[in-house]
Amino acid sequence: MNALAARRRHPAAIALLLFLGLALVGATYSLFAPKPAQAAVATADKVADGKALFQANCATCHGISAEGTKSGPTLIGVGAAAVDFQVGTGRMPLSAPNVQAPRIEQVKYSQEQIEAMGAFVASLAPGPAVPDKATVEAEGDVALGGELFRVNCSMCHNFAGSGGALTRGKYAPALYGVEAKHIYEAMITGPQSMPVFDDKNIDAKGKASIISYLKTVETQPNVGGMNLGNMGPVSEGLFIWIFGLALMIGTAYWLGQKAA
Amino acid sequence: MSTASSARAADLRAGDPKSSAPASASAKKAGAVASWVDERTGIAKGASFMLKKVFPDHWSFMLGEVAMYSMIICLLTGVFLSLWFIPSAGQIPYEGSYLPLKGITMSEAYSSTLGISFDVRGGLLIRQIHHWAALMFVVSLSVHMFRVFFTGAFRKPREINWVIGTMLSMLALIEGFAGYSLPDDLLSGTGLRAAEGFIRSVPIVGSYVSYMMFGGAFPGEAIIPRLYAVHVLLLPAVLIGLFTAHIILVMVHKHTQYSGPGRTNENVVGFPLMPVYTAKAGGFFFLVFGLLSLISALVTINPIWAYGPYDPSPVTAGSQPDWYMGFADGALRLLPGWLEFELFGFTLSLNVFLGAVLLIPVMYTITGAYPFLERWITGDNREHHILDRPRNVPTRTALGVAAITSYLVLMFAAGNDIIAIRLQMSINDITRAFQVLFFVAPILTFWVSRRICLSLQRHDRDKVLHGRESGTLVRTPDGQYYEVHEELNEFDRWKLVGFESPAPLALPSGKDANGVASKDAKKELRRAKWSKFFFTSRVEPVTPAELAAAHHHGEHEAIETPAGAGAHAIKQAKHD
Repeated sequence: MNALAARRRHPAAIALLLFLGLALVGATYSLFAPKPAQAAVATADKVADGKALFQANCATCHGISAEGTKSGPTLIGVGAAAVDFQVGTGRMPLSAPNVQAPRIEQVKYSQEQIEAMGAFVASLAPGPAVPDKATVEAEGDVALGGELFRVNCSMCHNFAGSGGALTRGKYAPALYGVEAKHIYEAMITGPQSMPVFDDKNIDAKGKASIISYLKTVETQPNVGGMNLGNMGPVSEGLFIWIFGLALMIGTAYWLGQKAA
Repeated sequence: MSTASSARAADLRAGDPKSSAPASASAKKAGAVASWVDERTGIAKGASFMLKKVFPDHWSFMLGEVAMYSMIICLLTGVFLSLWFIPSAGQIPYEGSYLPLKGITMSEAYSSTLGISFDVRGGLLIRQIHHWAALMFVVSLSVHMFRVFFTGAFRKPREINWVIGTMLSMLALIEGFAGYSLPDDLLSGTGLRAAEGFIRSVPIVGSYVSYMMFGGAFPGEAIIPRLYAVHVLLLPAVLIGLFTAHIILVMVHKHTQYSGPGRTNENVVGFPLMPVYTAKAGGFFFLVFGLLSLISALVTINPIWAYGPYDPSPVTAGSQPDWYMGFADGALRLLPGWLEFELFGFTLSLNVFLGAVLLIPVMYTITGAYPFLERWITGDNREHHILDRPRNVPTRTALGVAAITSYLVLMFAAGNDIIAIRLQMSINDITRAFQVLFFVAPILTFWVSRRICLSLQRHDRDKVLHGRESGTLVRTPDGQYYEVHEELNEFDRWKLVGFESPAPLALPSGKDANGVASKDAKKELRRAKWSKFFFTSRVEPVTPAELAAAHHHGEHEAIETPAGAGAHAIKQAKHD
């Protein structure tokens, strides 16, 4: 204990104490943090289940029969694909009113529940269905996908899919870490500010190619080194002003201190 | 060590007849070569003038060197790149090794840049060094300009060199933009498309100039070879010419130095070029080269393969120019749309023209004219080789800070979309905020920085008069307490008192000695007003008399060092 007491004025003591405090707070929080509720649905009638789930969780904004209210659009005719995208990426249920529903890693419902709600919404009026696995994961042409992406998507999502700003706080999100299925669904349903790209605009092969391109961009090694977030010249300028200039001035200063 | 012993040896043999030590074989050879060259070129005189040149030592004097070295690195790496780059807009299918673009139709310029990046050994590294060095060039020359401005190094006799530096800075932007546009990737093509729009916004001649530059409608096939000629031939030649003149003028004027004991307007205190600065500066070149190579090896710049080939239809989000063109882009983003209107049936796109075209020459004209404006206001015709501390010229410093502030507002406005998405804010609000800041921020920073300068000066004054608070409390025998103020030593004190603080010009009567109205009355009045603006807020340096009075007044404040001697030294120096 004496050894510890002797070091209590050590320069690192405050940093260590802060670290310990933070670690303690973090650990305590993780013990007491609320856990997401888990409830399995095991009924055969998906539409009825979906209706029940919908009325319990979505009707406040979207209306009791999905006709839409002032706070939420109608869901008649949006199809199961829209439900799968919005709920499957955590955008719905909306946690707070905002300019745009953000993607949330923690999805609130199980895949069965999402499918049930999708079945209910699809039963209201015909709309785009959830694409099957074969369509989504079809082998695409990466080069073609890149060209299609640049022509159709990059003006909002940026050349590398890192996302871009839209008006009044809305934005086109980054496309990294998004399931192929969800990218496909976004193209056929046009969520939020995004336009719909139906099969007449970009056919199934084209869509699969875009997905292949995005996955290639995401997984390919950064040949040039750190990519600074793929944000274009702004991050490069910031880097050279902060790190480049600091390095040069530091070196000049160090050299100036050297005896002649 | 060796000089001391050799000096002693020389003393001992002072009476001996002179005999030079036999030169070593290599020295003889070097001497022979030197005299061979000298006999044919007469270079010895110039070389000895150069090599004996004395430079003062300070890190801020090396910012210009960083710029110079970055430019040299750009030249060296540029030669390498030019061996493979094909400046042609001819369309070919890509057959190189980057798979995500395989078979895509693209220009030869883009294809060859991909080739440099993926198929030439070390090509990507050299490309990245070239680009990072270009960014560093403009960064360091800007910071070098800040140093020259805030220390008043542009004053007589260096006004011409300031103008040359301003021109170098402007040409560096154009050179950089030409290089940015060459690879013909989506980003550079978008930049060119924007540039075409800017040119067309010039009233009356815009569309003709654009047609001439692009050899017809955009994009055409002419622009890339033309830009290439500008980028590798025309502008480098002009840059090197101006840069040489810049350096020669530094040699002619001698380098400025910070104020200090023994440093006067007539001398330069420092080390000679040979051997000290050849070693230091030579070493510094390799350090700069090494650091830029390190950055280039670790951090991607301009990943052209990710942008894809240029095609006039797509524009990617996050399309920005390199940082040094950002201020013009930002001005463009801030200008309101109602500045475009029709006049006599012709559309005037002032919303584009003012920011993207007019701003650059206006900014550089003001910058280049500043030394002349300041000289007109101060009426100071003397030569200055001792630098000002920025705080000692509060109004100039504040003007500089205000100018940099407006520049920064414009530059950050160019990244409004990136700021919006990274900080999750509304781009409309950000743009509006920048529009307001462009007018408000410079005024605020002007005022704040002038106040800061003045308070720093007052603090200096206080320190000179009363010394440094040592934190030691002393109790006198009669029970009084006081804090010991440690007196500054002469060297430190010199730095705090060795400046001038001229009073503003008196308002002229407007009449000459005979009471006749003077012809220049208006001009003089205007000048007096400016002088008032420039010099009204000021703090005078401590005079030797004040110092002596302070010492006399508060004798217990100072630990007894030869204070009188210090004051005397200052007085003497001030009468020099």
